Amino acid sequence: MGRKILLAHDHVPGIQSYEVYRKHGGYNSVEKAIKTMTPEAVVEEVKKSGLRGRGGAGFPTGMKWSFLAKPEGVPRYLVCNADESEPGTFKDRYLMSRIPHTLVEGMITSSYALGVNAAYIYIRGEYFYIVSILEKAIEEAYANGWLGKNILGSGYHLDLYVHVGAGAYICGEETALLESLEGKRGNPRIKPPFPAIAGLYGCPTVVNNVETLAAVSFIVNEGGDEYAKIGIGKSAGTKLISASGHINKPGVYEIEMGISVEDFINSEEYCGGMLNGKKLKAVVAGGSSVPILPADKILHLANGEKRLMSYESLADGGFGGGTMLGSGGFIVMDEDTSIVENLFTFARFYHHESCGQCSPCREGTAWMEKILHKMIDGHATLSDIDLLWEIQAKIEGNTICPLGDAAAWPVASAIRHFRSEFEEYVNNPKSVKKVIRMAL
Amino acid sequence: MAKVTIDGRTIEVPDGTTILQAARMIGPEVAPPTMCYYSKLKTSGGYCRTCLVEVTKGSEKDPRPMPKLVASCRTNVMDGMEVGNITSPKVIEARKGVVEFLLLNHPLDCPICDQAGECHLQDLSYEHGSSKTRTDFERRTFEKIDIGDKIQLHMTRCILCYRCVKVANQITDGRVHGVINRGDHSEISTYVEQAVDNDFSGNVIDVCPVGALTDKTFRFKSRVWFTKPVTAHRNCEKCSGKVNLWYKGEEVLRVTGRKDQWGEVEEFICNTCRFDKKSTSDWTIEGPTTISRHSVISANHYEVFKKPTEFKLNEVKPLTIQEGDKS
Repeated sequence: MGRKILLAHDHVPGIQSYEVYRKHGGYNSVEKAIKTMTPEAVVEEVKKSGLRGRGGAGFPTGMKWSFLAKPEGVPRYLVCNADESEPGTFKDRYLMSRIPHTLVEGMITSSYALGVNAAYIYIRGEYFYIVSILEKAIEEAYANGWLGKNILGSGYHLDLYVHVGAGAYICGEETALLESLEGKRGNPRIKPPFPAIAGLYGCPTVVNNVETLAAVSFIVNEGGDEYAKIGIGKSAGTKLISASGHINKPGVYEIEMGISVEDFINSEEYCGGMLNGKKLKAVVAGGSSVPILPADKILHLANGEKRLMSYESLADGGFGGGTMLGSGGFIVMDEDTSIVENLFTFARFYHHESCGQCSPCREGTAWMEKILHKMIDGHATLSDIDLLWEIQAKIEGNTICPLGDAAAWPVASAIRHFRSEFEEYVNNPKSVKKVIRMAL
Repeated sequence: MAKVTIDGRTIEVPDGTTILQAARMIGPEVAPPTMCYYSKLKTSGGYCRTCLVEVTKGSEKDPRPMPKLVASCRTNVMDGMEVGNITSPKVIEARKGVVEFLLLNHPLDCPICDQAGECHLQDLSYEHGSSKTRTDFERRTFEKIDIGDKIQLHMTRCILCYRCVKVANQITDGRVHGVINRGDHSEISTYVEQAVDNDFSGNVIDVCPVGALTDKTFRFKSRVWFTKPVTAHRNCEKCSGKVNLWYKGEEVLRVTGRKDQWGEVEEFICNTCRFDKKSTSDWTIEGPTTISRHSVISANHYEVFKKPTEFKLNEVKPLTIQEGDKS
């Protein structure tokens, strides 16, 4: 059994409620931080832990926190990014709906460390049923003196708000999220300035993922060094993986980073092997944006070693032969899956979600979707494959925010690894086997 | 002060200058093209991605190159920065891509578009685009909308540069003009097709880089290259009154703000000057306007051509058919 941190008490009945959560050690980190530690000491522990952002980019959290500007007389904000919209990712939903207090606790401790007096949880519109769960948890935290004025008699005060988005993928991009939180249209801002300098209402702001903030409690309780021991190398700690697709046991699993991909797919503890005993064809390892990898490449590195579930190992081989851990949306596809149809689903998604500010993404995502649609209808030509390749190359890196990259990478990797399948769609559109769409 | 080198040419500029401004100070040869940036409008730029440049050396302190191409209009110079614009193959390639994206849904109806001849998109595609199209999909179209009685919005031609939105936000009072919908369905719109009704609304016509926002008092009156611009002014209570008048014969066909060599107006003008003062007696004429840079009008593109009526009969060579060609 791998070590559990975030989901350690997931099995406890009634863990959603304050009493049960508190009985199982809940809010100890707040007590410890506020009573015995300075804010700087908390930041120092987080730095030592090697915790990295769990939203997808994997940026070291301690470093992000240390970038936060601290001018006199200007408020600072902590914003929790709960706009989990990446296709294939549903870990935050699980965590927030099952153990809401773990996020509230992590946010209080983190706010204390950053000297924040107002924190926000920006949650996606489709998670409306979680809003009431979170609000209840926050209410309980207020009632028990963990939030509000003069927490634990320390003179520190904090208010925590839940803000519901309207259901746009783009609002998961941190600057678009801030715009939306300010009540404007959710368009990404042009950086610099970064939120650490000028974020919410022009004030220094830290935006962190749900899972990242939840992990802070453990780091404060047990110490950063203890957290750094879990996992492998620079991929410290545990990671929630949303496993979906053609596996026996889809769901959210907390893994200790460093287990092999093969074990993750086949072990009874996690995915439980391939559905109906089919063969593995490909895996999208970190949510729809990351490059898709065929079975041999996802299971083994170029040197024949086993590929591990960690930031470094999954990225091994660069973009030609590797992928990314991303947000941990682990989508497994069996031998019957059509890569082209699956790619079309992704392309349609990115087209729909593009904000339309910058031209490469606005026009390019739509163009790619149209070409893929043509391909599935059996009207494409071989030159369309090259055209697809060129379009993605011209989007990638040239846009305001990472949505352009997110739309380009799946196309690039699908063509790179499964070109023959695209050619099949062009050459024999009638006979091509497009039985099973991806089971998200 | 910061020393910056663009395409091998060095200039010293004050801190806080953008790469684009520094390039413009050096001269038009190294200045990246812009479609959405407008120096007179705050927070403009960053959207169209035509001004992308490659930063090959970050600064003297941190010489690492920037990993991605950056929008020169929104990136400040650092001391010792080295930038590649037209000397960078990456930039040329990316810019070609941007032109293709911008034209993807553009109707290419230049022959019937009032902007033709002074259209930034036309210039951009001549200089950086490709001569053929690679898309055979139906282009996005919209119904024409009248914004008030003087301005027409033809969204089909729009490239969503957001300049008019910035004008509406910053120069005119009351925010009645913005972007609705998302992605490639985005469109410029007024709320519930309300008229944009204030004294400076006409400036959205001047800032529009394409023919999406046009002057209804000028529509289809003349091709711009058949009109003669003169510089003129009048005493105006609302604005500076400094304008260009566009003559055809004795008639003033339209009035616009004076544009500099980057195609940006020097001063915004009011609607009275723009729409109501259309006779020579309203104005003090200063002299003919010189139009610089790559304008079709100034380059006399069309003067080398003769109209069919100007040909003399003996100049026209009759088509001869060779014996073997008869089939």
